[in-house]
Amino acid sequence: MITLNHYLALSAILFCVGIYGIFTRRNAIGILMSIELMFNAANINFIAFSKFITPTLLTGQVFAVFVITIAAAEATVALAIVILIYRHHKEINVDKINIMKW
Amino acid sequence: MLESSWLIPLLPLLAFGTIVFFTNRNPRLSSYISIGAVCASFALSVPVLFEVLQNPVASEFKFTWIDLKGFTIQMGILIDPLTAVMLMVVTIVSMLVHIYSVGYMAGDPRFSRYFSFLSLFTFAMLGLVLSNNFFEIFIFWELVGLTSYLLIGFWFEKKVAADAGKKAFITTRTGDLGFLVGIFLLVSAAGTFNFQHIFHQIEAGHIPAGILTISAILIFAGAVGKSAQFPLHVWLPDAMEGPTPVSALIHAATMVAAGVYLVARAMSVYAASSSAALIVAIIGAFTAFLAASIGLVQNDIKRVLAYSTISQLGYMMLALGLGGLTAGTFHLMTHAYFKALLFLGAGSVIHAMHTNDIWEMGGLFPKMRITAITFIIASLSISGIFPLSGFWSKDEIFAVASGYPHPIFLIVAVLVAFMTSFYMFRLCFVTFFGKPRDQHKFEHAHESPRVMTIPLMILAFLSIFAGWVGIPWLHKGYSSFVFFHHPHHAEPKIWLMLISTVVALSGIGLAYLIYYKGAISADKIKRKFAFPYKVLFNKYYFDELYSAIIIKPIIGLANLLFKFDLGIIDWLVNAFGNFCVFLSEVKEWFDSHIVDGGVNGLGWIFKKSGSYLRKIQTGDLSNYILIIFFGILLIIIFKIGL
Repeated sequence: MITLNHYLALSAILFCVGIYGIFTRRNAIGILMSIELMFNAANINFIAFSKFITPTLLTGQVFAVFVITIAAAEATVALAIVILIYRHHKEINVDKINIMKW
Repeated sequence: MLESSWLIPLLPLLAFGTIVFFTNRNPRLSSYISIGAVCASFALSVPVLFEVLQNPVASEFKFTWIDLKGFTIQMGILIDPLTAVMLMVVTIVSMLVHIYSVGYMAGDPRFSRYFSFLSLFTFAMLGLVLSNNFFEIFIFWELVGLTSYLLIGFWFEKKVAADAGKKAFITTRTGDLGFLVGIFLLVSAAGTFNFQHIFHQIEAGHIPAGILTISAILIFAGAVGKSAQFPLHVWLPDAMEGPTPVSALIHAATMVAAGVYLVARAMSVYAASSSAALIVAIIGAFTAFLAASIGLVQNDIKRVLAYSTISQLGYMMLALGLGGLTAGTFHLMTHAYFKALLFLGAGSVIHAMHTNDIWEMGGLFPKMRITAITFIIASLSISGIFPLSGFWSKDEIFAVASGYPHPIFLIVAVLVAFMTSFYMFRLCFVTFFGKPRDQHKFEHAHESPRVMTIPLMILAFLSIFAGWVGIPWLHKGYSSFVFFHHPHHAEPKIWLMLISTVVALSGIGLAYLIYYKGAISADKIKRKFAFPYKVLFNKYYFDELYSAIIIKPIIGLANLLFKFDLGIIDWLVNAFGNFCVFLSEVKEWFDSHIVDGGVNGLGWIFKKSGSYLRKIQTGDLSNYILIIFFGILLIIIFKIGL
């Protein structure tokens, strides 16, 4: 029997993987992908809570759909920025792109 | 017609305002405006005279000026025969002097200003004679004093002229102080300023005799100052530093007669107080004698005339003090014409010769016929030669003086008459006859322009005929005219007329012998009477005396106070100033070190901390993420922990 805790554990693992990716990846696209992982961890949480705590209401699912939409939009903008950065610097390694500093 | 006589003084005031505000830049226009105004005043005065002649009662027009609870101060005009006479005298002389001045002052850089002052004077003088109460008369009294000051010092570039103006102003002010106190005393007893009300109360005996006497003497002090009577006579000779037409108008014919007018106006007061009246008579007689004796030896043509004026004013005071209202005012009128003529004639001579010293003149008769003839007519008139106007008025004074129980006044009057005719003809003979003493100046001498000689001729006409209104055998003459409410006239005394004529002729004869024929040497007399001559020549040392007993102590006191000011008051002020400077320096230090230090220090702190804190902004993405992560972690921990 798969309980709520299983789902939460999965989501936590997924989230940690995302965090780890953000910390360790140097590639901007890799960071973006890690962020998507964290979104999806959150989505799993939403849906799991919705299913187990308020099965009659669809609030969690609806929220998950919103998150997916936002994530898509965010990915679009971020990818556009990444492309522009690449055009400019011929580089997408975030360690090298540190001009926005003191 | 009488109702509109307030216009008479107002027109010259308007002329003054117009000249000052609009036509100052245009001398010719200014003089026309001024002359026009005074001519209009004259034209308005003539019907007033005729109206009063027909119906010689006092008429009064007034309005309330200041209304205090239970006490009002009014402004208004009082027209009685005395006023009508004064109106004629003032407007005629003023008009002629205005016209004469066009010639005399031609080319003066302050021509417009001169005429504005003349207009202002005319306004003030006409206001003075029209006043119906003591308050108003005092205002105009001071105004004429002011214009006198302005005109004496008209050529203020000359220090003597400026000093003479100050002297005149301060000396007359001394008398005016008494006048003011006298007015207040009288008014506080009577409860009103109005002349007629006060005089009615006096006649009804409502005012205590003591107050009456004191206030009469104090009011007379004002007249003493204005009419240059002893002991305040010293300003008038110095006033001759002003332009000669001014001397003629103000310091001979009109303003100096204001004191006589005042005593005549307040005749009821003096009639009620015999001791005050006696003081008036004594001062008048003494002044007449004193000034005439000084006039004997002066060498400045205008100064001789000035002393003559003082002497004649003393005559008028003598007459008024002895109750001779007719005699005093009659002589005032005739004197105004012939003395104005004498001054204008002297002005004409000065204009031609550019000197005041009679010993630089001489032999001018053929060169300046009109001036000389008119001058001699005026001299005959002032000497009292039958039938010129001076004869009739002087005779009135003799008649009044002979009415006094003691003969002293008559003797003084006769002596003065003798001296008068002597010094006048001394002037005439030295100036117009004999040999020219200064050839250069003589050659440049010429008759004055028409605008100056015509006023001379008109005044000569008046000097001959103006006195005829007072011929004693005409019972409807001047005397019954001024004394409208109780007609009174002394019978003409033939023996007095004879004495007066003989005395005048002998004065003229003596002058003729000394200064024309040279039969008696003036120098010999001078040597023989060296001491009296010196005293007279130095005017009895009055100026020196006043300087020693009044001016020097005042200057000494002023110097003392100056030192006090410098030593104590200035020291205190400076000490306070220095203290303030010290205080400000302390505050300045506080401001620049504490306040500015605080403000700058705050800025410094932010700047410094900013320069360290900005290092956090690394630009490295992973750093940011790490911080965000741990930040969120901290928030969560705190949230759960709490």
